[in-house]
Amino acid sequence: MAKLKVALYWAASCGGCEIAQLQIGDKLLKLVEAADIVFWPVAIDVKYKDVEAMPDKSIDACLFNGAIRNSEQEHMAKMLREKAKIMIAYGSCAYEGCIPGLANLFNRQMIFDRAYIETESTDNKEKIFPQTSYKVPEGELVLPEFYDTVKSLRQTVDVDYVIPGCPPEEKTTWLALEALIEGKLPPKGTVITHNSRAVCDDCPRKRDVKKIKKVYRNYEIIPDPEICLLEQGLLCQGISTRGGCGAPCPQANMPCTGCYGPVAGVIDQGAHFLSALASVIDSNDPEEIKRIIDDIPDPAGSFYRYSLPDSLLRGARIK
Amino acid sequence: MSFEPKIVAFLCNWCSYSGADLAGTSRLKSAPNVRPIRVMCSGRVEPAFVLKAFEAGADGVLVLGCRPGVCHYSEGNYKAIRRIALLKNLLSQLGIEGGRLRLEWVSASEAGRFVSVANEMTEQVRKLGPFPRRNGGSNG
Repeated sequence: MAKLKVALYWAASCGGCEIAQLQIGDKLLKLVEAADIVFWPVAIDVKYKDVEAMPDKSIDACLFNGAIRNSEQEHMAKMLREKAKIMIAYGSCAYEGCIPGLANLFNRQMIFDRAYIETESTDNKEKIFPQTSYKVPEGELVLPEFYDTVKSLRQTVDVDYVIPGCPPEEKTTWLALEALIEGKLPPKGTVITHNSRAVCDDCPRKRDVKKIKKVYRNYEIIPDPEICLLEQGLLCQGISTRGGCGAPCPQANMPCTGCYGPVAGVIDQGAHFLSALASVIDSNDPEEIKRIIDDIPDPAGSFYRYSLPDSLLRGARIK
Repeated sequence: MSFEPKIVAFLCNWCSYSGADLAGTSRLKSAPNVRPIRVMCSGRVEPAFVLKAFEAGADGVLVLGCRPGVCHYSEGNYKAIRRIALLKNLLSQLGIEGGRLRLEWVSASEAGRFVSVANEMTEQVRKLGPFPRRNGGSNG
């Protein structure tokens, strides 16, 4: 059998997805036995022009991580979509926008003002902002255009599969790669995990009655290691988050923050968690309810930590 | 042309839908801007329904249910109180005015109250203007 051709690329991301790809360890050798890696900026020196020269659909699969927040990333996403038979959104940024997507609480001007003027260590009296083109004696210098709104890969090009996670767990990565190598990929559109039910399904904690009188932030309490974290008043999002990760966070006494995306069938992860959380608040008195929910200082950032661009409202409205 | 707000109203089957129905059979006039959707209970209204309504072009959303203590399912309307309150906190963080979402109680006999809530909401949202779109930027 001819070897597969695989490309890996990064856009608006943190580099954690590359670490996750390396984390499969010696299985990486199995991958390179079955596949030639034709493009992987973090590890091999192949230039954009080399990718451009590849015939359309000559790459078997592209693992694309990162969100789309500038014109270079959009260009590369579209080019790799043309070159690859299978486009895989690898990790939460490509899937739903993730942490870079929280920029959608603001707009470009607010981000530029903060980054290039207001930050405490910045000295920029002339208020110089990045320009897409700048003339110097040697010629013209260009930079990609920074967009007002972050989009996921799925909102930019047609995506065949999703490998969720921030970053994906080693076993999730390998589940997908093994299916690719063996030619046993599931139907198009599948979010590839070991469990499409909630994280709670993977979580060994004891569950009893979910009724909470007070919401705590992580630093405020040391939770009991055996009992459901949500029942203890922590914003554990296991109930609204797709499982398959094996629930490592709750097992380390930390609440699930939702990185595997919504459970199957849910279109808006934040709204889904909001709904569940409101249901378990143990009060019918409007004033007490208000006191309890006002203890949540950042509902948008908490409920949509990984999915703001992919949510129904996409981001904040800026006046 | 003047702005006519679109209001999506989720009406509980047992109280508010009957109230709205009574308004109709009593030939009371109410703002035609309100588009009723019958649900079994105000507690059935998932926050995603509200967001989906906004995303699909609604300028305001009304959720109408039975008065506290008389929910057909005992406490669905209390769930609605908690959900709408938390949803309003979320919306305000996203720059969306609280006046675009309103939870009210309308019982089966309160045809007049349905009319006044529908009319008030329409005027309130008319003042707020169209539901704000997110600034597109060059990638829309």
